[in-house]
Amino acid sequence: MAERDKTFVDRIWDFFASVKLAVVLFSLIALTSIVGTVIEQNAPPEKNIIVLKRLLGERLAPEAYRVLDSLGFMDMYHSWWFVTLLVLFAMNLIVCSLERLPRIWRLTTEPIKPLNPDKPPSFPIRKEITLKADPETLREALISALKKTGFRPMNSPMQKGGFQLYAQKGNWSRLGVYITHLSIIIIMVGAVIGIFFGFNGFLNLPEGRSSDVAYSRKDSRPHQLGFTIRCDDFDVEFYGMSDMPKDYRSWLTVFKDGKEVMRKMIEVNEPLRYGGYTFYQASYGMLSTGGGYFIFRVRGPDGKTETVTKIMGESFVIPGTKIKGTIKKFSPALAVTQDGRTYTYTEMMNNPAVYIEFTEKGKPKYSGWILKRYPKTWRLPDGSMVQFIDYWGVQYTGLQVRKDPGVWIVYLGCIVMGIGLYMAFFMSHRKIWLIVSEAKDGSLVRVFATANKNRPAFERKIETMVSNLTEEV
Amino acid sequence: MDSSTLFGIATIGYILAMVSYIVYLAFRNRTVGIIATTVTVVSFIAHTGAFFMRWYEGYVMGLRSLWHPPISNLYESIIFFIWCLILGYLIIEIKYKNRSFGAFVTPIAGLALAFIEMTGMSKEIEPLVPALQSNWLLAHVTMSFISYSLFGLSFATAIMYLIEKTEKKTEPAYIFWSVSLGVLIVLLIAMSLDYLEFHVAATSSENIKNYLFRATFKSPNPTVALLSWIASFAIIATVWATGGYLKKIVSAFNVTPELLDELTYKTVAIGFPIFTLGGLIFGAIWADQAWGVYWSWDPKETWSLITWFVYAFFLHARLMRGWRGKRAAIVSVIGFVAVVFTYLGVNLLLSGLHSYGSLS
Repeated sequence: MAERDKTFVDRIWDFFASVKLAVVLFSLIALTSIVGTVIEQNAPPEKNIIVLKRLLGERLAPEAYRVLDSLGFMDMYHSWWFVTLLVLFAMNLIVCSLERLPRIWRLTTEPIKPLNPDKPPSFPIRKEITLKADPETLREALISALKKTGFRPMNSPMQKGGFQLYAQKGNWSRLGVYITHLSIIIIMVGAVIGIFFGFNGFLNLPEGRSSDVAYSRKDSRPHQLGFTIRCDDFDVEFYGMSDMPKDYRSWLTVFKDGKEVMRKMIEVNEPLRYGGYTFYQASYGMLSTGGGYFIFRVRGPDGKTETVTKIMGESFVIPGTKIKGTIKKFSPALAVTQDGRTYTYTEMMNNPAVYIEFTEKGKPKYSGWILKRYPKTWRLPDGSMVQFIDYWGVQYTGLQVRKDPGVWIVYLGCIVMGIGLYMAFFMSHRKIWLIVSEAKDGSLVRVFATANKNRPAFERKIETMVSNLTEEV
Repeated sequence: MDSSTLFGIATIGYILAMVSYIVYLAFRNRTVGIIATTVTVVSFIAHTGAFFMRWYEGYVMGLRSLWHPPISNLYESIIFFIWCLILGYLIIEIKYKNRSFGAFVTPIAGLALAFIEMTGMSKEIEPLVPALQSNWLLAHVTMSFISYSLFGLSFATAIMYLIEKTEKKTEPAYIFWSVSLGVLIVLLIAMSLDYLEFHVAATSSENIKNYLFRATFKSPNPTVALLSWIASFAIIATVWATGGYLKKIVSAFNVTPELLDELTYKTVAIGFPIFTLGGLIFGAIWADQAWGVYWSWDPKETWSLITWFVYAFFLHARLMRGWRGKRAAIVSVIGFVAVVFTYLGVNLLLSGLHSYGSLS
């Protein structure tokens, strides 16, 4: 078809089928993406104006900001033009795959045919060997040699005596490229489903509280979950005596229609999934209201142990004695200065400590700080022990709440991509022909072979096969 | 013996290997060549031992579980990168029976080791913050660095190809490689000056960020800053003017340009699927497990996507449009620049989630 005879639709099709468009799109997407890594996305304007001032100077910065902002660069990966580039990319991928698929499909499914023994076409790999046996006695040895190399040969007799063995393998690997292309489309479909039908929110849930909503990241509006989630406890584990967190954990319980349906401890990298929603451990913090419960395990001098739960200002008795402890002060993170004064170094529960005054019959006996992370401070002078287990009800767990019905499609796309890439890059389409004819004192075996990838490896394999054959016969 | 002693042996070994490969290149003496290979292999074995020892030490110190090999901070990742690079190089040396690449690959390892010393980054075994305790992350980091090393090898062969194949100083390809090499030298000198000026004992990338180029381009003294720029242009111009000597050296390598071109392609063809799977997909799966977002367009992610597009460009241009030789080599060099930027530039110059440790 001449260029001018093409219909408009044909032209559009050709435009999208071209590899040129693909490489242009690769470059455009890559180049524009750079801008979005320099300009912080969805950030307050002042931040980016400072960046622009550094790059362009005081005078140009506000104007540059205005221009960039109107072009959508402050949220560029969601701007109309970037989305357009991605859509063009997807269309290019689909059309150019469809365009090339029929030909490749033929190549893939086409059975291998025998060669013309008198005029074999030129092949990248050719070998000739003479073996001291007539063709018929060689047949079985050759077939088993080919089988050992991984081929299932076909057999065709020739007119002047002799025969031809031929086989191919890995013909499906030619589809690898298209499977990879398909996987990108699958991933994009999954992403689009996530964008339209997903939910991205958060929930700060204090210990002991429950909620049947989460809040949208976009506008902080409540979103009905359709079930209730309760935080039973939250805890941070540290490395040794340092303030480096080792693990954040929340114990969560899910209720549906008033009945408990699930109970799980979550940590970073180990979320809870229920009803299409996933709850990730994202952050934590302290409630400003205070008013939690102190939990102690108290052991008297005679070894009797009791667990007590008290609020600030309340008292408890050490079992087997008349000694009474009263909770006076609390510090979420207690530290001691060099001259022995205590202070709180952060508002987070990094080193919780409670100050208890012990009295016997109204007379002060001893008092001091008991630290949750330092068992040494649990011991009292008379041999009894007050173990500080938890100050419960004052921390909240920060949960990231996601619903993404497209994520499974994305995962499926990832698996397909793994398969496609493996086929495309690590498998090759190999073909081999052995033409066996009678020769003066035995038979002549001519080997023709080709591979679309990693030809030297195939050549080495054939060489091994040939030298084994020569030894055997 | 502990891991740092073994690392020390490996470091000295790699530097000796670099010197011997360059001497081998100059004199073509067989004995020197055998010495170079032996030293590299011995250093590599020491390096491997040190890697496993450090792994074990982290476990014994109670900072990491047995599931977490030492590839979790900048120092460890660079060490692992060097390990992959040397392994890749040794495979090529044995497979192609050619030692000449050694003189080009071992200096990359040397530069990476120098970068560690210059920036004075922390070598401590650090405990893992919760977000990093993931097997997906492990696969992600391992495969990323394997692919980075392959891209590094591709870069080396591409630069060699360009040096060997360009004739005139006005040729775009000549200007491209001489300026690229010049910029690399300028960056290294500037960073060494930072180190000499401040003796930075930086403990985190945050600190490196504050000191980077303070001794030169970002100096509070405007004269120093201006002189730095002038000196940079002078260095780049010198590389451009004296590139002919480099060509003579590279031509002495006895490596055909065709082999270089083929190696440039092959290393990318192996690196690309590993990068796609390990760098992009496993990274996304890890982010999904840890944060509930598989893709958030943060600078590190975006830069790895940019890198991916550059190599996708390379493969499509080569396989579908027959780009070979100089044009393909230039794309490979650009690809590796994107790799280095993804790996170091984002952490040093841009902000993002990947500054490890911060959540939400």
